[in-house]
Amino acid sequence: MEAAMGLMRRIPPKHTETALSALLTLLPQHSADLLSQVDQPLQVLCDVDSGKEFILCEYNRDADSFRSPWSNKYHPPIEDGALPATELRNLEVEANDIFAIYRDQYYEGGISSVYMWEDDNEGFVACFLIKKDGSKTGHGRRGYLQEGAWDAIHVIEVGPEEEGTAHYRLTSTVMLSLTTNNESSGTFNLSGSIRREMNMDLSVQEGHLCNMGRMIEEMESKLRNSLDQVYFGKTKEMVCTLRPPSEVVMRLPES
Amino acid sequence: MADEEETELSEKQKKEIAKWFLLNSPPGEIQYVAKDVKAILNEEQLYREAASEAFPLYNKSHLISLELPCRSGDVIITSFGEINENEFLDPRTAQVAIVDHIKQVCTEVRPATDEELPSPYIEEFRCALDAEILKYIGEAYPKGVCSVYCGYGKDVEGPGADFVLVVVISATRHSPQNFCNGSWLSVWNIEFKDDIQILEFSGKLQVGAHYFEEGNVQLDAKHECKDSTVFQSPEDSALTIANIIRHHETEYLASLEASYSNLPDTTFKDLRRKLPVTRTLFPWHNTLQFSLTRDITKELGIGK
Repeated sequence: MEAAMGLMRRIPPKHTETALSALLTLLPQHSADLLSQVDQPLQVLCDVDSGKEFILCEYNRDADSFRSPWSNKYHPPIEDGALPATELRNLEVEANDIFAIYRDQYYEGGISSVYMWEDDNEGFVACFLIKKDGSKTGHGRRGYLQEGAWDAIHVIEVGPEEEGTAHYRLTSTVMLSLTTNNESSGTFNLSGSIRREMNMDLSVQEGHLCNMGRMIEEMESKLRNSLDQVYFGKTKEMVCTLRPPSEVVMRLPES
Repeated sequence: MADEEETELSEKQKKEIAKWFLLNSPPGEIQYVAKDVKAILNEEQLYREAASEAFPLYNKSHLISLELPCRSGDVIITSFGEINENEFLDPRTAQVAIVDHIKQVCTEVRPATDEELPSPYIEEFRCALDAEILKYIGEAYPKGVCSVYCGYGKDVEGPGADFVLVVVISATRHSPQNFCNGSWLSVWNIEFKDDIQILEFSGKLQVGAHYFEEGNVQLDAKHECKDSTVFQSPEDSALTIANIIRHHETEYLASLEASYSNLPDTTFKDLRRKLPVTRTLFPWHNTLQFSLTRDITKELGIGK
């Protein structure tokens, strides 16, 4: 399992899906661990009732069917598929509506889904998912990207309420790939995946949704920032180490 | 669930999967990948077979360079210098390096035979170009290695026939302690067309970088370009060729830098904006406004 995770840190992120299915084939005995520890690009289905698309993940899966957050129905239909309790389902409905607005404001398109379920220690877990195709044939407003994918997975464990506050543990993963392609500069692809955690104790006065939303917003901004500034920056630094831009060469003729 | 036939993987499939992982290793990381693949396969014989097939391919496609014994420079592992699976020509020293692909070392060298080397006529062009490219590499790449091969027509004895020289440049940087590896590879194919007295260029540039501190981010950039110039004496051709290569590679570096500087405001924005379209943080404390607007739109029947 350690070796498998080691490989996932090295294989190009755009090949995550192939790599994961290869590992599942080689290590069927670890499939549960692999599926829970390796994040893979999100898949989408269309809800037949509402006509809206929803995102698939381990958390809305029962056997081979997936529950839509819009109609609360499993696709394809199954009998006795697990459903959240009424109160939690109400919060889920609200979260889906609000999160869709949030998603539209930041992503100018894309698809989002929120799933919630009870956990064993009197709290609950919520999973917020966003998938954006930013390519010029997808939802790319500006049309710069030949290919562009952003998948965000936020899982929040919400502890039981104690004296007006609750503990929130957020684990977020962003996977992305962007490719530009033009005659003068060829193809340029950056792909990556990072995962971070955030823990907070917050007053529930304004409601769980408000707390979870703020945490996700902060986390997404942080992740986007580190990808942009740190991760992409480091690869650029590497390129300039391999072949320093000419002005640097002229200044340091000996190096 | 899956039946017996599906779960029972054939040796061949396992080997193919192992090879796939090895071949997709980022620059300079195949040894680390190999260690993990070996642990996952847990079958020594199978791993050895996969490695013996994958390493030579990886070494050649990544144009890795290996130090020659007795400090006589480096040999680049490329199909242009490949004599047989384990023997690679170093045209500069007229030596043949015998390599161990899996250990990625050169174990011994032998002098190249006359048949393995180009004719004196071709060698004059090749050697002059090698000197110019070496000069250019020294200036442009802090850790670059280069070699010039005769890709076609090595037995041409004098004017009157076409031949091809291939310039291979490989610059790599491995700093696992900084969680970063990268490589810049260029292959320039220069066709000396004797009848029309023209040199035709086609270049393939490939740049990769991997940063993996608490994450996995990779750059994969490729570019191809073409150019041409007139056929001149060996020395003059060499100078012109080196200048043309320098020009294209400088331009390509500039375009890579431009791609990076375009990220924050254009390309990346198409995935996710830094701030919402409203330019203020999302009003989580006041999401009621959205449901109100929604109710109103519904009531007025102006919804989508």
